[in-house]
This record gives sequence, C-alpha cells and structure tokens, in this order.
Amino acid sequence: MRKNLNVIAAYSIMMGLIILVGTFQSWNIALSIFNLCLISAVMTMGANIQWGYAGLINFGIMGFTALGGLAAVLISVNPVQEAWSAGGINILLSLFLIIGIVLAVRFVLKRYQKSKIRNYIIAVIIISGIIIIRFVSEPGIEAIEEVNPAKSGFLGGLGLPIIFSWIVGAFFAGGLAFVIGKVALGLRADYLAIATLLISEIVIAIIKHEDWLTRGVKNVVGLKRPAPYEVNLQQTEWFINLVEKFNSSKLNLITDLSERQVALNQLVIDGSSVFVKLCYSGLFLVVVIILLILTQKALYSPWGRMMRAIRDNEEAANAMGKNVVKQHLLIFVLGSAIVGVAGAMLVTQDGLFTPGSYRPLRYTFLIWVMVIVGGSGNNFGAILGGFVVWFLWIESAPIGLYLVNLTTAGLEDTHFLKVHLIESVPYFRFLMMGIGLLLIMRYRPKGILPEKIEIK
Amino acid sequence: MDFLNALILLLNYIFVPALAYGSQLAIGAIFVTLIYGILRFANFATGDMMSFGTMIAILFTWHFQSIGLTLGFLPTALLAIPFAILIMGSYMLIIDKFVFKYYRLNKSPPVQLAMVSIGVMFVTQAVVRIIIGPSDRRFFDGEKFLIKASEFKDITGLNEGLAIKSTQVITIVVTIILVSILFWFLNKTKTGKSMRAYSDNEDLALLSGIDPKKIVIITWMIAAILATIGGVLYGLDKSFKPFTYFNNMLPIFAAAIVGGIGNPFGAFLGGYVIAFSEILLTYAYKKFFMYVLPESMEPDGLIQLLSTDYKFAVSFSILVIVLLYRPSGIFKGKIL
Repeated sequence: MRKNLNVIAAYSIMMGLIILVGTFQSWNIALSIFNLCLISAVMTMGANIQWGYAGLINFGIMGFTALGGLAAVLISVNPVQEAWSAGGINILLSLFLIIGIVLAVRFVLKRYQKSKIRNYIIAVIIISGIIIIRFVSEPGIEAIEEVNPAKSGFLGGLGLPIIFSWIVGAFFAGGLAFVIGKVALGLRADYLAIATLLISEIVIAIIKHEDWLTRGVKNVVGLKRPAPYEVNLQQTEWFINLVEKFNSSKLNLITDLSERQVALNQLVIDGSSVFVKLCYSGLFLVVVIILLILTQKALYSPWGRMMRAIRDNEEAANAMGKNVVKQHLLIFVLGSAIVGVAGAMLVTQDGLFTPGSYRPLRYTFLIWVMVIVGGSGNNFGAILGGFVVWFLWIESAPIGLYLVNLTTAGLEDTHFLKVHLIESVPYFRFLMMGIGLLLIMRYRPKGILPEKIEIK
Repeated sequence: MDFLNALILLLNYIFVPALAYGSQLAIGAIFVTLIYGILRFANFATGDMMSFGTMIAILFTWHFQSIGLTLGFLPTALLAIPFAILIMGSYMLIIDKFVFKYYRLNKSPPVQLAMVSIGVMFVTQAVVRIIIGPSDRRFFDGEKFLIKASEFKDITGLNEGLAIKSTQVITIVVTIILVSILFWFLNKTKTGKSMRAYSDNEDLALLSGIDPKKIVIITWMIAAILATIGGVLYGLDKSFKPFTYFNNMLPIFAAAIVGGIGNPFGAFLGGYVIAFSEILLTYAYKKFFMYVLPESMEPDGLIQLLSTDYKFAVSFSILVIVLLYRPSGIFKGKIL
C-alpha cells in the first residue's frame, strides 16, 4: 500500500480536479473531459507499450487512430445497396488484384535469389498491377461516388453494432503496423520516428481522398451509438423519475406547479446528456481497465522482462538468443492495435468521422507529450499522463484567460495589448504543453510516475 | 510549333514551379541536415523555427512599409531578412542555452533530443500564434510578374503562355547564392572544415583542438540564416500561415533523408527530387499530349498519374522506397 502511495495520490488529485470542473463549470464539461481523458489513456497505453516496454518510437499514432475511426464507419454504417450494385464488382475485383499482386511479389521474393533482376521484376509487377487496378476500379469508383453524393456516395459499411468496430479497429491498425514494421523497424530510432510520421500522413491522405470508401472530407455523420439518444431519454418514464428523485430537494423549493415542471424539464434535458456521457464513460472505463490488467500482466511476465532486456541492451538480448526483430514487430503491432481501439472509441463517442480533423499535432505529438509526462514504461503513469495532459489541453484556455486578466489588470479593457492577448488565449495551450514537456524532460525525465520494476 | 507549345506548357506548369518549390525545400533540408550532422538530432521544430523567422521578417516588413521604405519592384521583405536573421539567431541561441545544451553536455541519446525538440516545437508554435495569429498572411509587395502569360504570347506568337512570377526568380537566385556561399564556407574555410570534422568524428575533432562551443554557435547561426531565408522565400511565393509551415516540415524531412541525412549537398538535391516528383506525378498531361500527338490519338482522360490530393503522399512514398533500398539516402549520408 505504502509504495503505491504516490500513484494513489496522483490519481486522487486528478479525480479531484475533474470533480472541481464538474462543480464549478458543469458536469457536462467534466464528463466530456473525463471521456476524452479515458480515450487518451488508451492511446497512451498503446504508445507506452511501444516506447516504454521496447523503446520503439512510433510517431504514426495519428494514422492508427484514423484507421480505428475508419473501422467504426465500415462496421456500423448500413451498406448502400445502390452503390454496391453500381460499382461493387469493380471494387471487389481490384481487391482481388491487390491480393494477387501481393502474392506474386511474395512468390518472386521466395523463389529467386536476391539480385537486380529480381528488384526489376518486382517493380514491374507492382507498377503494371497499379495501372491495371486503376483501369478496373475507376469506373466503379465514379459510379459509386455518383450514387446520391449529398448523402452517401460511398459503399457504406456492414451495419453491425458499432461496439464491434473497437476490435476491428485494432485489427486494422495492427495490420498496418505489421506492414510498417516489416518496412521500417530496422531503422535507427529517430528515423523510425520520421518514417512513421510520414507514413501516417500517407494513411490520412488516402482516407481523406478515397471518397468511395470513407466519403473523404465530406465526413460521415450520424453513426450508430452504443448508448441511448438524449431525445429518447427525455421521454422515458423511469429517467424522468430518476432525475426528479435526484433533484427532489431543489424541486421541492419551487411551489408553483408549472414553474416546477419547467425546472424539471430543464433538469431532464441536462440530465439526459450527462447520462449519455456516463454510459460512454462506463464503456470506456471497462476498456481501460481490461487493457490495464492485460498490460500489467504482460509487464511482469517473462515476456515483459525479455522486452525490457531488449530495450536496455539489444545486442546482449540478441546474444542470449532472443529474436529482437520478431519481438519488435510483435510489440509494434500490439501497441498500434491498442491505438486503433482508441481511434474507434473516439469516433464512437463523437458519432461522426471527419478525416480532415486528423492532424499530427493533436493525434501524434500530444499523445507523446502524454507518454513522456506520465512516465514511460509505467502503465499507471501513461494513463495519468493521458488524464493530466488532456485536462490541461482543455482547461488551459480558461487558465490562460485568467492569467492574462491578472497580468494586464492595470491596462484598460480596450488597450491593444490586452485585446490581442485575450484573442490569442486558445494558443496558450501549445505554450503550456511545450513548457510542461521541456520541464518534465529536464527535471523529471522519467515522468510523473516513473517506471518501477520489482521482481516478484 | 506544337512541339514548342508543349515545351512551354511543361516549363510553365512543371519546371518553373517545381524549381521554385524545390529551392524552398532544399534550404529547409540543408537546415535539417546541418542540425542532424553537427548537433546530432532530428529537429522536429524545423517548420516552426522557419515560421518564427518568417514572422519576424513580416513584422519588419510591416514596419518598413509604414515608414515608407520599399525596394521598388523588389519585395520589401528582402530588406527585412537581415534583421530577422539577427533576431532568429538570438532566439535559437537562447533555446540552445536553456534547452538543448543540457542534453548535449550529458550526451543524451538522439531520441531524447528529438523529444525535446518537440517541446521546442510546441513553444515556438505558441509564440508565433500568440504574436501574429494563426491566419493566412500575404506580405508580398513590388512587381508580381517578371513575364506575364499574355505578354509572352504576344512576343512569341505561341498558344501557350509562360508566366514567371518574380518571387520564383527571387527564390531561385537567392537559393543559388546562399547555397554556393554555404558550400564555399563548409569546404574552403577553416571554420567550415572544422564543422565538417566535428560532424564526422566528434572525439577526434576535440582532440585536434576544435572548440565545440564555437561550432555549436556557428551551426545555430547558419541554421538561423537558412530557416529565415527559406521561410521568407516560401511565404513570398505562397503565403504565410503557421500551420502550413508546420506541415512543410514533412516534405523537408523527406528531402533531407532522400538526399542522405548529414550530407548538405544531398539535402540540396533531395529538395529538387521531392519537388519534381511531386509535381511530375500529379500533373494532368492531357494538354501536353494534345500538342504532341496527332489529333486522332488524342487522349480522353486527364492522363494524370495521381490526383493532386496525393501530392504529399508522393514525397513520402519516395522516402519509404529510399529507406527500403538505400537507407543512407541517394547521396551517401550517415548510415541510419
């Protein structure tokens, strides 16, 4: 108990802060911060597995998040029948062609010795394959995008409950990670970072511009929900009763019956959105706890020990007969899959998929700040990092405003400096993140909750 | 005649823009490669440092414009560059003193320095946005075109016009001057040689009496010059927007790695490789073939290899291919 005191203290402070937001701003805001904190925590756990356990630097988090989001769309949206009949065959044919190309390349790689001719053959196969695919897929894509472009214009998905997408998202992200890992894991650490960063940009470019699959920048809105809708809740008997019970003391103060009804209605409306957010929080919390148990188990297992050995001294681990390349690939896939889950969760919560919103600053670098600040190699630290950094990211605007008002109190309200500073309050979050990261890296390089390994 | 038209078409839409864009990338790539070669880390704050320098130049430009100081047909920003470089240099030295120096003296692994540079990126981004705001700004003044498309048509009597923007010419001329001075400095002067020696083998360089402090300061000053000029040239040609500058970091990195990281000449050529492949692969060749081929063979489609949406993706794919087949870059840099 005593040695975990700092963990407990850190988490209580964090929960206290969120409760403070709840009482002073509103429970709605507090819960939406909490939910995104949970999602960030999942992402950080994914990055932490790669960086903290194995020392692999993955700046492609944005790409895996987007793939998870894509999974949410492809699983939950109802299939668009007309689009399938218009161009489905071409798309399926292209899919088979892609598989064919991959198999052909594999065959050449396996069958022939490494040589210049082999490289040329592979290049010819790939280039001619791409040209054939373009000819096959183009009419199909055009036909699909012409089907009711304002509302669908894409193939749609499978029409399953969106919860399934969390698992599928993991598979999508894991699959991409497998490919990237095969290509890039041999690189030196900082070049792996750049390579993954650029590959994630390619992923985003594809998601943004392949409208037949994702609707691209036209966005997919109104995804299914695993939680009830506010409008339905507001008309449900038991929910209204529940709200009445909770606020009975407040409602009893109002004597006038019609006024009381108005107040109750307002409370029901507020309560419904809080209730929906609580449903999400419950779901996300389950995911976080499951992942936490799994990652903790892995950390203390022989496998976790081996990963740390590889991280701390690759050559020595290699000499002990551990397959470094294979383990690196495995952990890269696992970590990315977790990030994919988070991406699907994010889209589930928002109920919409906006490829244009995936930007490296928000989805890659911010997650890395979380990992570093929280404590790499420590799962509790990673989750805490997700909470602290997301909390600051959201609350830095009010804090910044307060600071600006404090420092410029002597100036008039119309003074140009004050006006300018108040206008630029939203950017104080970058400043806060940067300074926070620099201070942590300098004075507490292992993060708020440093890695602590005890051999059991 | 048709052949000439086709040639002018390619010149107008591919060669000139790619040359200008490539020059801008090349300057950025040399900046990345110098920091990597001498200070030994991947600088993720590249784009934002460039936007900081550009911001200072814009502020000076506005000041000069307000007091009525202009360069006639040249953009006023050129006059602002030296002042901007001074401020940019001091900003970089301050950052180095308070941030990077500690890790350099502790001999931290490059990954840690890269992480630290992300912190610098956040801070610089915040400073730029707080001072000048996130919106799009144009600060170009002076003559816009060197040759207008219509004038060119009148003079030559061709169907296709060739428009050359003055910013494109300025970009190319400034790049040539800057890069030749830089290569002269690195290859011929004593300081430049000691910089290369330091980059090649730090311990040996220290043994032969090279002062690391001096090397670091000079590197940051050169970096400031490159960042400011590269940023201003890009801003003059297109426009200044902090977010675009941040994104430009990606093709710049691609150029530096494609050219062979740590090798300034490779980075210089890498910039053009990236720029030309981006534009060549995303240009619609329909009109070109209409001129070249006889009428019966005219193409139906746009004859575009990739849609322009994939512009960035092209450069990154080149990077991936280079990393796969030649991890040290086209022109041997450090082994990754």
